Amino acid sequence: MADSSLSHARASRIRFAVFLGAPTLIWQLCFFVVPLGFLVAMTFWSVRNFRLQPDFTFANWSTILSAGFFQSAYTYTFGLSALVAVFVSVAAFPVAYVLAFKVRPSTRMLLAGLLVVPFFTSFPVRIYSMQIFFSPNGLINTALDAIGIAPISVLNSPTGTFIGFLTLTAPLVVLLQTFALVAVDRQLVEAAHNLRCGALRTVFTIVIPAARVGLVVAGAFAFVLAFGDYISPQFLGGSNPPTLSILIADQVKSGNHWPRASVVAVIMIATLALVLGALLKLAYGGRKPS
Amino acid sequence: MSKFQITDPRGLLLRPTRRTVLQGAGALAGAAAFTGFGPFEASAQDNVLNILTWPGHGDPAFVKPFEDEHGVKVVAKEYVGGEPMLALMNQSPPGSFDVVLADAEYIYMLQEGGFIDEMDPADYPLADYWPEFQKFPLHWKDDKLYSVMIRFGYLGLAYRTDVLNEEDVKTYKALWSEKVKGKVGFFDWYLPTMGCLSLGNGNKPPFDIDEAAFEALKETLFSLRPQTSGFYSMADQFAMLTNGTAGVIPGVGDWVVLLLQNEGVPVNAVVPDEGGIQWTESMSVVSSSSKKDLAKKFIQYASSPEGQFRSARLPAYWASIPNRKGWEKMNAEAPEDAVKLRHTFDARNVMDEYKEGKIFIRQTPVQQDIETWNDTWSEFKAM
Repeated sequence: MADSSLSHARASRIRFAVFLGAPTLIWQLCFFVVPLGFLVAMTFWSVRNFRLQPDFTFANWSTILSAGFFQSAYTYTFGLSALVAVFVSVAAFPVAYVLAFKVRPSTRMLLAGLLVVPFFTSFPVRIYSMQIFFSPNGLINTALDAIGIAPISVLNSPTGTFIGFLTLTAPLVVLLQTFALVAVDRQLVEAAHNLRCGALRTVFTIVIPAARVGLVVAGAFAFVLAFGDYISPQFLGGSNPPTLSILIADQVKSGNHWPRASVVAVIMIATLALVLGALLKLAYGGRKPS
Repeated sequence: MSKFQITDPRGLLLRPTRRTVLQGAGALAGAAAFTGFGPFEASAQDNVLNILTWPGHGDPAFVKPFEDEHGVKVVAKEYVGGEPMLALMNQSPPGSFDVVLADAEYIYMLQEGGFIDEMDPADYPLADYWPEFQKFPLHWKDDKLYSVMIRFGYLGLAYRTDVLNEEDVKTYKALWSEKVKGKVGFFDWYLPTMGCLSLGNGNKPPFDIDEAAFEALKETLFSLRPQTSGFYSMADQFAMLTNGTAGVIPGVGDWVVLLLQNEGVPVNAVVPDEGGIQWTESMSVVSSSSKKDLAKKFIQYASSPEGQFRSARLPAYWASIPNRKGWEKMNAEAPEDAVKLRHTFDARNVMDEYKEGKIFIRQTPVQQDIETWNDTWSEFKAM
């Protein structure tokens, strides 16, 4: 009798959990799993005279994987995104540290709120407005010229793309790092101080290990955002050289080649899954995610 | 190119028994994805004319007189590039568009695909057009008319006059000049740029070339990589020429520089001695339209002197017009613009280059696949 009521209670809990989770599950199924399946299926389709034709050919895979332009774009996109993730993680850390440990909670709220302000406007608008700063006749070069320094060339270069990626990722990384650092047990930090551990040593031996998961997740977000961004490489980088996102657009734009674009997209998704998997393993290394 | 044998994936929904599960599922998902295209709600309204067009053609400066006269609203769905246009035509539900404005080289694909109707030449003022454009070959098939030319222009070099001079740009070799090292910008579409470089290599016509000539064209293109500043969208070309990022852009022409000149930017466009490419915007009646009469009236308006006069000076980008009566109206009412557009009758005008045989019509590659040219372009960008 007791057993039966126990299993009844458990069944009821499961029903409730399913009830709560179902909308999200259904949504994900409809708008992520099914389209993803379609995307994978489409990589085997063919295109004739701009028309998609259901097919089962590996031609798109072999064409894309063996194309020099794809390999270059892949290496470039991966390398630049990784560089951005590392750079922005390192550069954001002191800011996040100050926000987490050195200011009052009310100030922290205010500053964190300010970090969200850039998201009030669309990213393309922000990037487009940056063209004014970086163009040869733009504000930065005009200022440099006034003080006798040779003009810098940022627009339509990897540097332009890099700056765009930083603009895109920095606020989010600072916020995520701040959350991670705020969650660090203060007693550990105080104990380290009491044991005469210096500030730097405390940061590297106590704070960073304690906040490791959050810090890695922040870096992973930076990588994911940069890896898939289309706006920065197009409008600041001048598609020069193209990233994988640009390559997807190119394949669709010329020849209406959705299947080849799908191959690039699937490879991007697979790459992100692998990178995230590796980073999470690094983050939790030995620990179970709680 | 072979005839279309492939049906739209949406067609699979009607014949599921003949297809595999994968195809059916794909088609279903495809249909779901593609039904997002096209102004459905608008197309259902009788007082709306839907046009599929390059940017700027739905501008009130052009369409307002037509809207006022007929009590209708012209709604434009815009695209950039002939291939996205074909994709939209393929993927939009029938009835989404009444008029399509396309580049001449894509008209035969639209006709072969059954997307556009035959037109009665008597309905349009073709007799008022310059003789060269009265029977424009790409608009006719088996002596039947499928499209009416609205605007055209030449593609050669657009350049900043403070970087290059008139002597420099007499030849496409200017692109390799030290003066524009790191300042050669590109319109990010393989067709016009590679066409102009093909002319520079001495290929006439530029798009119908054998494998050896194509390999030489690739070499020519790739050798420009160290000169490259970037690959621009349609709108970005204006910005990059204005702010000086680009000193020269091949494969574009008056359509980019005329508006900038009006704003005082030191730019010019030229057809080099090796020749230039003609782009053409033409209007056709969409076969699946339920408002074909209104569509016809719109094309009649666009080809009339009034429509031509307004279309030539579209706020988005200017262009030459084929109707001589449109030229007359421009000379009478806006003589300064007639000079800028080189549409005057008593001086050298845009028809002279045409008569001299320097102009070749833009078309898709003949001896190679589109993908081959496009992949070459992607390779160039990734170098």
